[in-house]
Amino acid sequence: MNDRAPLALSVEDLTVAYHSKPAIWDIDLGVPEGVLMAIVGPNGAGKSTLIKAVLNLIPRAAGTVSFYGSPYEQARSLVGYVPQRGSVDWDFPTSVLDVVTMGLYGKLGWLRRPRRKERDLALFALEQVGLLDLVDRQISQLSGGQQQRTFLARALVQDAQIYFMDEPFAAVDAITERAIVKILHQLKERGKTVLVVHHDLQTVEDYFDWVTLLNVEVVASGPAAEVFTPENLQKTYGGRVSYLHDGQVLAAGD
Amino acid sequence: MKVKPMSAEDKRVWLTIAGIVVLGICFLPIGQWLFGIRYTYTVRVVALGGSILGVISGALGCFAVLRRESLMGDALSHAALPGVAVAFLLAGRDLGVLLIGAGIASWIALRFISALLGTTRLKQDAAMGIVLASWFAGGIALLAYIQSIPDASQAGLDRFIFGQAAAIIESDLLLISGAGVVVLLALALFWKEFKLVTFDQEFAGANGFQVGLINTLLSTLIVIAIVLGLQLAGVILMVGILIAPGIAARQWTRKLNHMVILAAVFGAFAGGVGAVISAIDADIPTGPMIIVVAFTLVLASIALAPGRGLLWSSWRRRLDSRRFARQNALRDLYRYALSHGSPATPVPDTFVRGIGDRSAALGLRQLLSAGLVETMGDNWRLTDAGIEAARRDAHSLRLWDLYRLYADDMDLPLLGEDRHLDIRDVLPADAIGQLEAMTEQRPN
Repeated sequence: MNDRAPLALSVEDLTVAYHSKPAIWDIDLGVPEGVLMAIVGPNGAGKSTLIKAVLNLIPRAAGTVSFYGSPYEQARSLVGYVPQRGSVDWDFPTSVLDVVTMGLYGKLGWLRRPRRKERDLALFALEQVGLLDLVDRQISQLSGGQQQRTFLARALVQDAQIYFMDEPFAAVDAITERAIVKILHQLKERGKTVLVVHHDLQTVEDYFDWVTLLNVEVVASGPAAEVFTPENLQKTYGGRVSYLHDGQVLAAGD
Repeated sequence: MKVKPMSAEDKRVWLTIAGIVVLGICFLPIGQWLFGIRYTYTVRVVALGGSILGVISGALGCFAVLRRESLMGDALSHAALPGVAVAFLLAGRDLGVLLIGAGIASWIALRFISALLGTTRLKQDAAMGIVLASWFAGGIALLAYIQSIPDASQAGLDRFIFGQAAAIIESDLLLISGAGVVVLLALALFWKEFKLVTFDQEFAGANGFQVGLINTLLSTLIVIAIVLGLQLAGVILMVGILIAPGIAARQWTRKLNHMVILAAVFGAFAGGVGAVISAIDADIPTGPMIIVVAFTLVLASIALAPGRGLLWSSWRRRLDSRRFARQNALRDLYRYALSHGSPATPVPDTFVRGIGDRSAALGLRQLLSAGLVETMGDNWRLTDAGIEAARRDAHSLRLWDLYRLYADDMDLPLLGEDRHLDIRDVLPADAIGQLEAMTEQRPN
């Protein structure tokens, strides 16, 4: 790891336990600024748990987390979040534009209402994800991919330094996948750091330059070229044949 | 300030609100004529009280419905009963005191349920069920004890079980309105926060909002709404007046602010009209009457509301199946004819119907009346207009294919919509031009 680059995220000894069984255990992680990082691992490896624990959304059993050297409480405005889209009720009575504007509520603070400026920012983000023709649509009428892009736009208006995305590529259409990849690269160009929980091993090396392999513990973390190897994948996935096959295909392509 | 033109849906919502208000006002003379209601001073007070309480519970109830906490409302209202009894024993029959007692008991129940959920593995329904039953049982036992005290038997605490609006007096109105103003003001002030935590708690938390605090505040407002409404509906039926207006309002609108306003109007209607009807005879309990009115509103909304209502959705399904039947029939005819020579080749009836039976018949009827096909004995043939329409459709599909393949390389705008629409209606003209150029470079 490059020691000179400032760490966008630094995690030490992070542990989260449910009923004394660790969901993630003794996680040490240093993420340099400006990388696109995939968090990869089997089901139940604690990928989402890691993100939620880092963002203080669930109680930690142990460990410290800092963003650009500051604890979360002081770094909140630096952090953007895209939750799994299944985590909300899409029948909620509101429009696409309204959901995206919610990304600015944190900056507005108590009692202040969104106005023209917030509306324009939200529209700009919607343009970037290609939903400008759907701004007034009721969110229950969105396809899965459109929902995902709505969430992405909501995170974009936050104008954060470091983004956490929980399975943004899960079950989306091709257009949405393209839109997300495009956004990821734009974010990288603007020097942002992005951490993405990802499940598709085939695309890891195409989309990301940094990888963390996770299975309750961190198996390996670093530049994709060094870390995303068949041996590490085997350690992560416990030698399941289909994944191993993928790993070898990828290794052959190196 | 620039005034945005109102959308059709916004107009509909305001029309519905106006309609309900008119209906409520019309009810007064109709009630007089039909039921012989005399609008004495008492009845006027009761009706006004009922409407105000309806506004408060309707508005707050929307959040209970949207948070899937309708049954939480039920548990909290039942849990108010022991508070009423204890307050009476400690401080007498003053309404304000009784309601404060009710609120405290209900709020303790709320915190107890949260504590159970936070510290044990109990599921929400179990936690609510056990609290509802035990608090209510405690309340009933205390009421029975109070009845046995000689002086207290006339206190009329029974009215908290089923509600008795006739017991509302003018000084109560002041209390109810004052509390109502505070509650609605709080709702307006923290609107943004309430909306955010109701829609997406995780995101709110990650944005630095104090989700726990906001949740507690919102729940407290719901408790206040419940407690105020107790005189009207009683602890058993309170949940009805809390959630029915919200459920009805949800059918008419897709905006949270409209939903809350509409629910308040529905609540006022149910509360006012129900209270007036129950004033016909002292033996008619208010609570059940109000719930009957509110439930009628729910039924009417579920059946009739545009957008989500049953009538509307079945009509839309019909329109959809007509549209797709027409599209499919046209495609089938065109493909068959093309593969048998020219687009004008007659297509045997058995072939067309063989693929799509009823839907094919529906599609063919539409094409026939639009002049896109003609019959030739047992065959169908595309007319010139039909061939033109089929070509347009096929060309749109072709452009969609190219869009999917090359949109990225050509840096075309991203689209939200998909293939069932004509691509020329959704992409800007210059992008279509680029795709057209592509079709010339790559003929099928």
